[in-house]
Amino acid sequence: MRVGEIVTAGVLALLSIYLMYKASANGIGYTRGSGPQGGFWPFWLSAGMLISTGFIALNWVRQVSPQSRSQEPVLDSFGLKTLLLVGGGIIGFVALIDIVSMYGAVAIFMLYYIKLLGQHSWRLTVPMVLLFPLGLFFFFEGLMQISMPTGMSFTDPVYNVLYDIIY
Amino acid sequence: MEILSLLGDGMLVAIQPLNLMLILIGVTLGLFIGAMPGLGSVNGVAILLPVTFLVPPGSAIIFLAAIYYGAMYGGAISSITLGIPGASTAVATTFDGRPLAMMGKARLALVAAAIGSFVGGTVANVLFTGFAPLLATVALSFGPPEIFALMLLAFATFVGLGGDDIAKTVFSICFGLVLATVGFDQVSGAPRLLLFDLSGFLGGISFLVLAIGVYGIGEMLWTLESTRGKITTTDAKMSVKGIVEDMGETARKGWKGTATGSFLGFFVGVLPAAGATPASLMSYAITKMLSKNKHEFGKGHVGGVAAPEAGNNSASTGSMLPMLTLGIPGSPTTAILLGGMVIWGLTPGPRLFVDEPDFVWGLIGSFYVSNIFALLVNICAIPLFIWMLRMPFTVLAPLIFVLSVVGGYAAMQDMFDIWLILAFGFGAFFLRKFDYPLAPAVLAIVLGPIAEPTLRQSLLLSSGDPSIFFTRPISMPIMVIAILLILMPAFKYLRPRRTSAAE
Repeated sequence: MRVGEIVTAGVLALLSIYLMYKASANGIGYTRGSGPQGGFWPFWLSAGMLISTGFIALNWVRQVSPQSRSQEPVLDSFGLKTLLLVGGGIIGFVALIDIVSMYGAVAIFMLYYIKLLGQHSWRLTVPMVLLFPLGLFFFFEGLMQISMPTGMSFTDPVYNVLYDIIY
Repeated sequence: MEILSLLGDGMLVAIQPLNLMLILIGVTLGLFIGAMPGLGSVNGVAILLPVTFLVPPGSAIIFLAAIYYGAMYGGAISSITLGIPGASTAVATTFDGRPLAMMGKARLALVAAAIGSFVGGTVANVLFTGFAPLLATVALSFGPPEIFALMLLAFATFVGLGGDDIAKTVFSICFGLVLATVGFDQVSGAPRLLLFDLSGFLGGISFLVLAIGVYGIGEMLWTLESTRGKITTTDAKMSVKGIVEDMGETARKGWKGTATGSFLGFFVGVLPAAGATPASLMSYAITKMLSKNKHEFGKGHVGGVAAPEAGNNSASTGSMLPMLTLGIPGSPTTAILLGGMVIWGLTPGPRLFVDEPDFVWGLIGSFYVSNIFALLVNICAIPLFIWMLRMPFTVLAPLIFVLSVVGGYAAMQDMFDIWLILAFGFGAFFLRKFDYPLAPAVLAIVLGPIAEPTLRQSLLLSSGDPSIFFTRPISMPIMVIAILLILMPAFKYLRPRRTSAAE
């Protein structure tokens, strides 16, 4: 954790400098008649971020925060496994939206999480995988009239049937 | 006496069978729309506006106001049960509502939210009834310097009173404010801070993207990792006796927050540029500031739920005031209501109270009735929400992840924002590991779009002279309090040194 704390502060300091650079493109001064320029507010706030990271680094040197004294790893094997399985699953879910549609991706993600990660029975998994996306479809498309991505054209036959029900 | 007589007439209008039915439907619909992440009162009112052309104008606005009320109650539900603030007005409810749910006290949190909302709504209704024209005039005296001073005060309460690492808190606030500036410069219209030159940033970063990323993804990953997958949200028991006991506990521990939120929320709601979100955040911050048990806030304090809920409900009624009396909407939802009134042939403004007394007092009467219905529907629905929490976490967690993604898409209709939600979620997970407080960043991205234009307008008014904030009678005391709060950590730092030097 101790190394992680200073590395995080360093990364955030670099981010602050990048934001200051981007903000300066809009001008950071004051124009008579039109007030502060567009970059004025974000530039000085980014400078505030940079100064804050300086204090975080100072606290690290003085070992003030619990993280700056801790010798534990940032992620142990359980943490890494959780991040890969759960976080990876979420990334996969979002990546699938443009292919199998929002509701298709929801069904696949529910199957992955409830059956593979949660190791629940098929009796619980199947209704959740089928009914939850259907419920979302009727709520968003039918009641709220908000269209979600329908994926590639092979999903059209399914959506034609569903749209016939609500329209 | 004349006001009471008019209010009595208005109540009679509100309890006509058609209006009563519309109130019940509106409140129930609003409750579920508000509870869905990504959807808020503005969606419900906008989508159901065409439906109202089927009924008379008076009944139509009563229906829409009931949806608004219901959604304000409903926003707390996803904050407490899922840990995702469904709307910006419910961000502050997450701070203590979620920890209470994690401790198996979801029922208490839901009851505190309902009671806080009810009291906030009732106080606001009374203030609205008695002081509408007067308060509208006071609100108009708030110019850009006063509004900016209020925003600074909101940030200062987080810096001065945050128990967290001050440097990390300041970083978090500044980061949220910078994120709020991404997109187009509101004054010049020029593109600004297009990070990594990605065109997706042209539309700016919505508060929901950050809030869903932080709470729906980051916080969930952190919870799964830090509890080693052994999460105990399933202890909440459901019984009528339990609900009554929770009401008692809310009254004992949450009365200060409820009172603060009710009065402060109404006044902030009345201000044309503010609305229910700053009201709820400021109610939370001020309640924390005044509490003897500051350290309990953020870890599951009843007052931390009641205060923002009282604040946002009170403000939602307050924001109706400038709309009806001046024709100025105080929030996006009231802007749509205003549009509806114009379509129905009504002209909001000072003459409305004189020209259309039946309409105005019928609407005010419906506020009281809607508030009672919203409380009853909310309390009756608590078992349903508790049932959700009884699910195994390996079923609840994917539901939360899915609602985060689907709700995020529903709000913005852009896949770029979904990827941004994931980026913020993973970033929040790591920042959480190093104890960076993320609530101030969410607060800042909500208030940033109000703070920056008011600062720039103020400096423009004064030709760049910052003393404008200290020479106006309303902004000056607010600025002084804000600066003292910002300097408080330095005082705390110096005090023990002086003491030890004296010894």
